[in-house]
Amino acid sequence: MLRALQIVFGILVVAFLILPIIAILPLAFTSSVFLTYPIPAYSLRWFEELVSADVWRLSIVNSLIIGGGATVLSTVLGTLAALGLRASSLPFAGLLRTLFLLPMVVPAVVLGVGMQIFLVRLGLASTYPGVIIAHAVLCVPFVVVSVSAALQGIDPAVEKAAMSLGAPPVTVFRRVTLPLAVPGVVSGAVFAFATSLDEVVITLFVAGPNQRTLARQMFSSIRENISPTVAAAALLLIVGTLCLAALAALLRRREKRAVAVP
Amino acid sequence: MSRASVRDRSRAFALVAPLVLFLALFFVWPLWTMVTASVVDDAVTKVLPRTAVAMADWDGSDLPPPAVHGALAEDLRTAQDQQALGEAVRRLNSAVSGFRTLLTRTVTAAREAPDPAALDFAAVDPRWNEPRFWRAIKEAVPPYTDRNLLAALDLRRDAGGSIVAEEPGAAANRIIMLRTFVIAGSVTLACAAIGLPYAMLAAAAGGVMRALLLLAVLVPLWTSLLVRTAAWFILLQQEGLINRTLGSLGIIDAPLPLIFNRLGVIIAMTHVLLPFMVLPIYSVLIAVPRNLMPAAASLGAGPIRAFWRVLLPLAMPGLMSGCLLVFMVAIGYYITPALVGGANDQMISSVIAFYALGTANWGMAGALGLILLAVTLLLYLVYGRLSRSPQLPGA
Repeated sequence: MLRALQIVFGILVVAFLILPIIAILPLAFTSSVFLTYPIPAYSLRWFEELVSADVWRLSIVNSLIIGGGATVLSTVLGTLAALGLRASSLPFAGLLRTLFLLPMVVPAVVLGVGMQIFLVRLGLASTYPGVIIAHAVLCVPFVVVSVSAALQGIDPAVEKAAMSLGAPPVTVFRRVTLPLAVPGVVSGAVFAFATSLDEVVITLFVAGPNQRTLARQMFSSIRENISPTVAAAALLLIVGTLCLAALAALLRRREKRAVAVP
Repeated sequence: MSRASVRDRSRAFALVAPLVLFLALFFVWPLWTMVTASVVDDAVTKVLPRTAVAMADWDGSDLPPPAVHGALAEDLRTAQDQQALGEAVRRLNSAVSGFRTLLTRTVTAAREAPDPAALDFAAVDPRWNEPRFWRAIKEAVPPYTDRNLLAALDLRRDAGGSIVAEEPGAAANRIIMLRTFVIAGSVTLACAAIGLPYAMLAAAAGGVMRALLLLAVLVPLWTSLLVRTAAWFILLQQEGLINRTLGSLGIIDAPLPLIFNRLGVIIAMTHVLLPFMVLPIYSVLIAVPRNLMPAAASLGAGPIRAFWRVLLPLAMPGLMSGCLLVFMVAIGYYITPALVGGANDQMISSVIAFYALGTANWGMAGALGLILLAVTLLLYLVYGRLSRSPQLPGA
């Protein structure tokens, strides 16, 4: 009896978690202008809309530009900081770590208001650099966490061994530490890109019409006039993020193996 | 300290410094800007500096002394920055309407007067005979104000300067804050009610089953928030999949109202935040020795008693972390209520966004933002304390 209840409960929750995401996918291929089941016939017209309509095409390009910029910026800064945090001699390491994670905690709308006022004063509001910087702030925590985890997995004995064999610190870093940290850096970059891709709220505050991203375009499309293009864009995002997540998971596994067999 | 460790330390500093600078400039400073925007009120002071000084000696009752008249005339005559003047006028007009025409007329008069110090204000416009216009200037002159912060809490200062509650008709922010807490609380409860048994199930399951149960939590976590909200928007519609299915099964005759109301918001937010509840509980339960429940049973405890006395206390740290995390994230939510909720389901973030994006009232946006920021950081502090709590036995 209890066992049966457990199974039913488990199935119900899994359905609650997964089905909504799956249910939206077939609607991307509908031939109708309505987002309803049953689907009258299948077509690719909404994907064509996605690449041919100016607002959608531009928003995809913008997402790639801004996501790419934010990823590079946050990955470089986050990786350097994670390497610095690793040194046991660094004072206030705990405080710094908290600072690096805070962008994840502060409500997006609060940061959005501050960013808007600040970037307007700097003259960076509604510019690509402004939006890229704002996104990079949000991406930094993911990079720091991911690279820190990778660095923590490195056995200090490996580096000591290299040093005892006569390698100067720079060589140890370049030939031992960095290669072992690369999977963490890459998965941090993947998280950063995914974060930027999905970001709406900050974009609402700091981007002008010319920096409209795909997520921002989806948001206003759902709000004003929802069409199956949203489902097509959602499919694109799901496939994109799942590919990225799979890549990150793959790297994590390789990273573990690399640490286990140095 | 040895030379090597000094070098070590400066290298670590050099590595951390770029990110510290970046976040100080583009994270801490913007937040600080927002906080100051809520208390700085210098639009009038910037344009009327002499008036500000002259008014310091005036107690605000009746009409101000002639020195104030002279100072105001001089300030208005020399005001060059049209944009700053416009902002000052807007600020004063929002306090007492009528200032716009009054000041425009007076500026012209002050510029044309042969001797501004002797300008007869009452002759320019009879409204200068009313003390309330002068009082509005006196109230707007200090460069800092608690007006926005008080207004955010539905308070204001009366004519005497003491803090009073806003009239019920004009008071909306407390209702919104209460609503924010109610929605976030409901979502937290829903997540706990589903997440605790689910995490227990996952922790008790073995092998493939456990991997599948965890995958079901991780897939939504990896999927874009916007996609998940869009999915719920489509599912919950009047003609959406849920209503269609229930209708064709004959369970309902008319479509249920699922979207643009509280129920829709709570369903969608629970879906989005459930992983944040399941994962902390799971990570605590996975550390509980497997023979604990059989041990409790062998000592005569029934399943319910064993759950209450053994498993639940052990799961408590995870449950507390999960609840704090879900509540903390939920009070700042904007996208889901904006898309799935109705007018009566908008939370504090929507009001902040309205002030900042809709009316460019950064003072009010900053004041409400400061409150939301303070509550969130407080919760995060508690969360940080909790998650550093001592490890469980057997972990």
